[in-house]
Amino acid sequence: MDVAIVGIGIHPFGRTPERSGLQQGAFAARLALKDAGVEWRDMQFGFGGSASAGSADALVNELGLTGMPFINVANGCATGGSALLSAYNAIKSGEYDIGIVVGFDKHDRGAFNADPRQMGIGAWYGETGLMLTTQFFAMKIQRYMHAFNISAGTLAKVASKAFSNGAKNPNAWRREEISEEEILTSTMISDPLTKFMFCAPGEGGVALVICRADQARRYTDRPVYLKGAALRSRRYGSFEVFAPSQALQQVDGPTVDTSRAAFDMAGVGPRDIDVLQLQDTESGAEVMHMAENGFCEHGEQEALIQAGETAIGGKLPVNTDGGCLASGEPIGATGLRQVYETCLQLRGDAGPRQVPNNPKLGYTHVYGAPGISAVTILQR
Amino acid sequence: MTERKPIADGLFTWPSDNPALLGSRCRQCKIAEFPCKASCPACGSEEVAVEELPRRGKLWTWTIQGFMPKSPYNSGETVDTFTPYGVGYIELPGAVCVESRLVENTTRDLAIGMDMELVIETFRYDDVGNEIVTFAFKAVN
Repeated sequence: MDVAIVGIGIHPFGRTPERSGLQQGAFAARLALKDAGVEWRDMQFGFGGSASAGSADALVNELGLTGMPFINVANGCATGGSALLSAYNAIKSGEYDIGIVVGFDKHDRGAFNADPRQMGIGAWYGETGLMLTTQFFAMKIQRYMHAFNISAGTLAKVASKAFSNGAKNPNAWRREEISEEEILTSTMISDPLTKFMFCAPGEGGVALVICRADQARRYTDRPVYLKGAALRSRRYGSFEVFAPSQALQQVDGPTVDTSRAAFDMAGVGPRDIDVLQLQDTESGAEVMHMAENGFCEHGEQEALIQAGETAIGGKLPVNTDGGCLASGEPIGATGLRQVYETCLQLRGDAGPRQVPNNPKLGYTHVYGAPGISAVTILQR
Repeated sequence: MTERKPIADGLFTWPSDNPALLGSRCRQCKIAEFPCKASCPACGSEEVAVEELPRRGKLWTWTIQGFMPKSPYNSGETVDTFTPYGVGYIELPGAVCVESRLVENTTRDLAIGMDMELVIETFRYDDVGNEIVTFAFKAVN
């Protein structure tokens, strides 16, 4: 049973003091239902997630107590991708015809402060200042830059491209262009990453209505098909966040495994993809994820990014909506924001940030602590 | 009377004239882990034994923590007295890569591949004046 996305909705990302995270999720859900021309009571199931804004299943209180099964999903920054995969499997099993996927969040300002005990690590790890996602990302890209000759200028170019794309996106949080010079000379957070190279915890909500592919035309004349959807966790030897020690022998991270599985399922390869969204928690993540997802060899990013190939008009447009860098990171919503943007691009509805030449295939990738990746491959 | 106390038991040999980090090693697949765990992260076996890890290794990667972390960070510092600190992974030969604070905290003093050695240093004082110590690595001159 193939699966199609027939309705999409988003609540603008950023800071919305007048709405709770849950209300932002409900806002997105109403838009997605309207987009598909269906009612909440038509939904046969729901999967949703939020890390900091309450239980996603409380949406039934906002949208209607219909008795539908609604399951909460929690998988760190990969929550949105995990919720979509769960919904995909619910349709694919033949059990349901149509349902909804929702992700939303609302976080406090500043970096996430994690609790070591939730990860099975002693309190000393947090007390001595080793448990910060920012530090991990900095150390990962530091080693990568050393191994594959990636320059700081390339990290700045990734961020400036994100803000440039975000400026063209009415749903992005950061909508002002920032020069590479300003990015490079802004406050150093964790060498080599400066303030503007990091995304910030934010707010937002996204919802998708998905259904059996053979029924998609009932709801829309522009369905987007889920040709591949995969999720993997880390293997021993991959370099992950919140690890007091790691293996001497490194292996590929979960993104590599997930990407291969999704491409196998879709029967296409990286060269076939026209537009892609990659997890860009910080500039270095986008660089590394280009190769981990198979879109180039390790080290080729330097020339590709410097040549502008990852910009909207390039041959490998990455994070056309501004990514996490410009949109911010509401954990539960991020993976679904990528899918929302890809649907817009495949429908030809992305406005000033539309990639040229009628894109047919899109790709999304979300990565979360402590080593989970989710990938989708979408086709119009 | 106040004393020098480790920030957590079982992380390193203490008290000791020549402290070493304590890791666990799997008897099945020979993988080492820090800190000690009751099972092997590679194969899940519960046949693990505690051993002292090498005191010297090479810097595998690093960064400098430029802002004062929120709680649970607890160094006794305030935002005004906070000093940026180095953090890195040190490749301990035949054992494992260990994440650690670094004595060095400027970009010019740190480079991937440099030789590092274990030190035990004061981290903070507790409310009755005990000196709380933790492990760190410093460059070998």
